[in-house]
Amino acid sequence: MSRTFGAEELLFVVAAVRWTLLLSVVAITAGALVGFAIALLRTMPNRFVRFAAAGYIQFFQGTPVLLQLFVFYYGAAAVLGLQIEAWPAVTLAFTLYSGAFLGEIWRGSIEAIPRTQWEAAACLSLTYSQQLRYVILPQAMRIAIPPTVGFLVQLIKNTSIAAIIGFVELTRAGQLMVNVTFQPMIVYPLVAALYFALCWPLSLASHFLETRIDTRLGIAGRL
Amino acid sequence: MHYAFHFNVVWEHWRELVEGAWLTIRLSAMAMGIGLLAATACAYAKTTGPAAVRWAIAAYIEAIRNTPFLVQVFIIYFSLPATGLSLDANQAALVAMVVNFAAYGAEILRSGLESIGRGQIDAARALGLTRYQVFRHVMLFPAIKVAYPALASQFILLMLGSSVVSAISAVELTAVANSLQSTTFRPFEFYFASMALYLGMALGFRALFTGVYWVTFVRPRLTRPAV
Repeated sequence: MSRTFGAEELLFVVAAVRWTLLLSVVAITAGALVGFAIALLRTMPNRFVRFAAAGYIQFFQGTPVLLQLFVFYYGAAAVLGLQIEAWPAVTLAFTLYSGAFLGEIWRGSIEAIPRTQWEAAACLSLTYSQQLRYVILPQAMRIAIPPTVGFLVQLIKNTSIAAIIGFVELTRAGQLMVNVTFQPMIVYPLVAALYFALCWPLSLASHFLETRIDTRLGIAGRL
Repeated sequence: MHYAFHFNVVWEHWRELVEGAWLTIRLSAMAMGIGLLAATACAYAKTTGPAAVRWAIAAYIEAIRNTPFLVQVFIIYFSLPATGLSLDANQAALVAMVVNFAAYGAEILRSGLESIGRGQIDAARALGLTRYQVFRHVMLFPAIKVAYPALASQFILLMLGSSVVSAISAVELTAVANSLQSTTFRPFEFYFASMALYLGMALGFRALFTGVYWVTFVRPRLTRPAV
């Protein structure tokens, strides 16, 4: 006799939103640090450093997220000979994944700032870090915000893949409830609706910020 | 560290891996082929159709773009049978990929269509072309040209994203790697090898798409005499 899909089951699925959110927040925060480093390395004068950072980005953008998770979860467990908990493996995988995408987005934002801004800052005898800190980044940040919010949507959606290795978040919670209630017709559309509720406002915000920058011509347009 | 890498196991099974890669390519190409037709229809209806149709298509596009592909796969494979529409794993994977790609493709094509100057369309209408003829002969080719780079990256995202259909046991590269690692107990080697294949496929297709772009859109301009 299977359970019916009632209030308790509904609550279980809805409450799992917090794991999806927590994983996304941790991954985007830690990923921002990695991504910032990658973006800087990608725009450095040294060719070897640029090449290495490009390789990092290419690896994470050119392979499936699912396999990245497998490598960190099963692969690392086998190589290091220890059973890794799902949390650290999944968080680390999504952090490095976010780092690659954010690095590429922010590289574009930094490169969108005209060369003359760097030169003008150098003429004022600012050091490299001062040029970056006071001249380039304040401008690049404004261009970077809409695509960064857009990436957050992609990240939230992709955290669902962690369900495949058994990490309990929204999608996995849905699977578990389907297993006990045999009501996929109710549960999966509910899961989809919850993701939609998380992602849609962010998509709208990203689009709004983008058009606002376009209509105001943005900082790069005014230069 | 007491793990010794044995990549020779991978060489013993290279044929299965390559077959898996071929299945992934075939599945993605079929999904893109059908998905592009659906995307064109959606983009056409969304730019020229009546308000109700435009609204319905916008809802479809937003629903797909703001929910995970994996959940879409689950809905098609596990939820739809309750309505009497039962698909096997491979069919469900293909349908999910088409439905997913069509939504992204429609949005990309729509932005391509909107990039066409109003004057072009007015001129074509003034020549007595019907709405459909304007779409087919005046708008479609330039729109595809504008949309082409984004469509090409979307195809690569679709191909990489298709690895999650292994979760419903549809057969493709990730599923092959999974079954090989479970029989040989060499997870790292097989996951790494399949990642290398995906990376090669992504780079290969990117090069192919760049080549096709050049042959289709750049070279005709160079060879055709200036008007």
